[in-house]
Amino acid sequence: MATHTPHSLPDAPLSAATEAAAATKIVSMPIGIPGYTLHEEQRTVPASEPPVLPVNSDLNFIGKSLPRWDGRAKVTGSARYTADVQLPGMLYACFVNSSLPHARVLSVDTTAAESHPGVKGVHVIEQVFGNAVLRDPSLERSKLPIVRYAGQPIAAVAAVSPQAAEEAAAKVKVKYEPLPFVVDADLAREPNAPLVFPGAADQAGTAGGGGSEGGIPQTGNVHGPAVRKQGDAEQGFKDADVIVDARYTTQVQTHSALETHGVVADWKPDLLTVYASTQGTASVREELAGYFKIPKSQVRVITEYMGGGFGAKFGAGNPGVVAATLSRKTGAPVRLMLDREEEHLSVGNRPSSDQRLRIGAKKDGTITAIQLISFGTAGCGTGAGCAGPATNLYKWATLHVEENDVFINAGPAAAFRAPGHPQGAFALEQSIDELAARLNMEPLDLRDRIDENPVRRVQRKIIRESAIWKSRNPRPNADPGPIKRGVGLSQSIWYRHLTMNCGAEVRVHKDGSVEVLSAVQDIGSGIKTVLAQILAEQFGVEAAKISVKIGDTNYPVGPNSGGSVTTASLTPAVRDAAWQAARKFLASVAPALGAMPSDLTLSGGMVRSASGKFQPLAFRAAAAKMNVDEVSAQAKRIPDYDPKKYDTYGGIDVAEVAVDTEAGRIHVKHVLSVHDCGRPINPAQVISQINGGVIQGISYTLFEHRLLDPNYGLMVNANLDKYKIAGSYEVPQVEVQLTESYIGQSSTDASGIGEAAGIISVGAAIGNAFHNATGVRIRQLPMTPAVVLAALNQPQPSMESL
Amino acid sequence: MSQHQTPPKDLPEAPSTALTPAGITRRGFLKGAGITAAGTALIEGVQVFQREAVAAAPQNVKEFGPEPFPVTLQINGKAHALQIEPRTTLAEALRIQLNMTGTKVSCDRGVCSSCTVWLDKMPVNSCMTLAIDAVGHHVTTIEGISAADEMHPVQAAFVRHDALQCGFCTPGMVMSCAALLEKNPHPTEADVRYAVSGNLCRCGTYPKVFAATLDAAGQLASKA
Repeated sequence: MATHTPHSLPDAPLSAATEAAAATKIVSMPIGIPGYTLHEEQRTVPASEPPVLPVNSDLNFIGKSLPRWDGRAKVTGSARYTADVQLPGMLYACFVNSSLPHARVLSVDTTAAESHPGVKGVHVIEQVFGNAVLRDPSLERSKLPIVRYAGQPIAAVAAVSPQAAEEAAAKVKVKYEPLPFVVDADLAREPNAPLVFPGAADQAGTAGGGGSEGGIPQTGNVHGPAVRKQGDAEQGFKDADVIVDARYTTQVQTHSALETHGVVADWKPDLLTVYASTQGTASVREELAGYFKIPKSQVRVITEYMGGGFGAKFGAGNPGVVAATLSRKTGAPVRLMLDREEEHLSVGNRPSSDQRLRIGAKKDGTITAIQLISFGTAGCGTGAGCAGPATNLYKWATLHVEENDVFINAGPAAAFRAPGHPQGAFALEQSIDELAARLNMEPLDLRDRIDENPVRRVQRKIIRESAIWKSRNPRPNADPGPIKRGVGLSQSIWYRHLTMNCGAEVRVHKDGSVEVLSAVQDIGSGIKTVLAQILAEQFGVEAAKISVKIGDTNYPVGPNSGGSVTTASLTPAVRDAAWQAARKFLASVAPALGAMPSDLTLSGGMVRSASGKFQPLAFRAAAAKMNVDEVSAQAKRIPDYDPKKYDTYGGIDVAEVAVDTEAGRIHVKHVLSVHDCGRPINPAQVISQINGGVIQGISYTLFEHRLLDPNYGLMVNANLDKYKIAGSYEVPQVEVQLTESYIGQSSTDASGIGEAAGIISVGAAIGNAFHNATGVRIRQLPMTPAVVLAALNQPQPSMESL
Repeated sequence: MSQHQTPPKDLPEAPSTALTPAGITRRGFLKGAGITAAGTALIEGVQVFQREAVAAAPQNVKEFGPEPFPVTLQINGKAHALQIEPRTTLAEALRIQLNMTGTKVSCDRGVCSSCTVWLDKMPVNSCMTLAIDAVGHHVTTIEGISAADEMHPVQAAFVRHDALQCGFCTPGMVMSCAALLEKNPHPTEADVRYAVSGNLCRCGTYPKVFAATLDAAGQLASKA
């Protein structure tokens, strides 16, 4: 389940600490929030670590909103995405997908397709990726994979043109034995529902999270519960003065990145080269090497530019494995990019949820018990748990969580931006507001009582002093007219997940050029710019002139970009490599300068002699004096300096809405988003991500909804014309305030923002604003006009007791 | 089914009729639909093309295809001779045949406007425009709105304001915003929202797109 405990995400911890334990130093680091809580604390760090960075205001490149390093390439169209790759002799492939939601494939006749003009290869799929897998495979005997959802790939065709491939794919004849199916999660829970799997099945998580742990019980289609109990929750409810108890439901959301999943695969005897639209070059290489049983060194994955990834793009998946297979068969490079319909059906989604949430509290707000029983569907996958916020956001005395996945015949879920958290926060943060009302407390006062996180505390202070919050009428339903204004807030939480298994190389050349190399991919969050800024700070060279070479497994392994790990994981390794390269650089120029290396420093772009042996010399001029053509250094991520401290990030979003109570429309007018991500390295890029989280959150809250036809088991809105996502007219005024927050954990002290910002908290903020506007609670997503009108006409009281 | 006929030798002979007395053909539908989501002038755009189509309603209709035949497309001021099938969309001709991949395809259905190009400065969805219908028009793509070493003021403003994240929608956004400034040098934010109302951005970069376009308009105005 996606109940995240800190540090639970990727990779085993590295034992570098023990290796380097011998030599350490004690340093003093800035800790806290400038203007509020800034102070110094001591940390014991490896002696090889670079000097402590001061706060952003004392730096030249880090912490500045420098232009995106590859901005020009993107605005001029020269940026080459996977979808744009054309290789000589390249073939175009497309899938043949199941038209039925549940079936045994009896035979696949490819004769007609193979004789279609232009066709070079046809492949019938023997192993499907993404779906949950039976624990006991002997429960199901089938030559070809069982179809568990409409849209599951069955075969693929490679041809000289996309049109020829499509025409030939239509000629592949699939003979099915239809099986009973269920696409409604409520029906799937009933005792006699058709079974999606004949026995217990599990879906492994990815680098982005999702999936489920093994060993969870399964009854029929219900995979669960995954139980977590701390203390005696029943006693906790007995101890409570007030209990709020409510049911919340949320829908399935598709990722809908604008570049679909896909690859161009080029199989050569000694090397498989794959251009992939992926969040993890490492994960694609891993899966391909494993599937084809070839050494990792013979798989090269390239992701120069990537058109959006929100958690679903890890591993090679069906497109990667099938394209590589077809390339091996045909001897030609093969392009296989999904179309928009396939993107909706087969490569992931955010699971739904149906949550019963009870919170018990004392009169002073102290929470005595939280109980969350959730059911959700991840299609034919798992990962619908949503207890992260209830478990981790506030202090409680006792906790009882049960998370259940409900299998249905729909495409498997995948990690999606803060897995489980938007669903969980939608429920928790509305119930917390409800609790505050029952206790006659202000929403911020109650949260001050139950949340001790020092950063959130400052953020609540910022909210308190904001114009938007001051404009809130504490009395709900105060506007007399049909258009009612309301303001509400919600907190969010995410964790300091790290990928220890990543690194980078930094090279300095005699001509003064500097480059950084890492296999990390830039999925749009701007890691290229961030790396350039770190090198710029070290060498005093303009960030735009740093050569950033990433997105290629020929370089040192990078982190997979999921769970907001990229910046937190990689930047310290890059700074360490830059620092070591600078030391080697100084050693290489020392002879020509007639100085000892220990006498030399490089700062502000100048080489200086501590003893004043020579006038400060510009970096580039000094580089010409190198006694070798190139120096380079590689560094890996070392463990956090003090991993016991500070392991959550988050923020608070405030939404102002205008509810048209006659038409049922909610207009989000204004969002104030106050968030922290450690040291922001490029504030403009961080703000861009927060804008995106807020807008995606509005889109999730008001519009998005995967609809399945119960009679045929098909998705009825599998393109962007019918699957509505927020567009320019739905974008409110978004006001972002970054909380620059130092935690003393690494040589950059930076972290990610992708999950924490907006997407988690906007749903509940709108829900609370809606309540403030109308006095009515909406506990269902998406809040379409029909849902709004139904709520206004038939207000559902909470199941309050006591 | 159409019979194969001798391909047209030159531009003016390429068929340009979209409407027949009997009603709307598939191509005619594509012609109109190609304009819908691309922004600035939905109604106006459709009218322009309908007028042209009706005026050209011919007596004897020529049919081409299904085999490829030669056409010449005017793209970014240069003539490109191509062999196309009638069903080839402008986006396919640009991206696959000419390897001009700045123009993106995301929905292939005329709803996301990633594929926005200009036909005679009118923004259209190139995934919903047949290449053959671009014959005789000036096509401008993201590669062609600025001189080789310079960025268009809208492009420069996008970079200054960080009005992009993954960048996949960006060429289409830029084409819609630049088209707006061609027609309306002093837009309001509401005008910009209208201009990109067909452009979907999943990273959610809209606020900076609005700011960048207004900034670019200001820069252009101060130069004028």
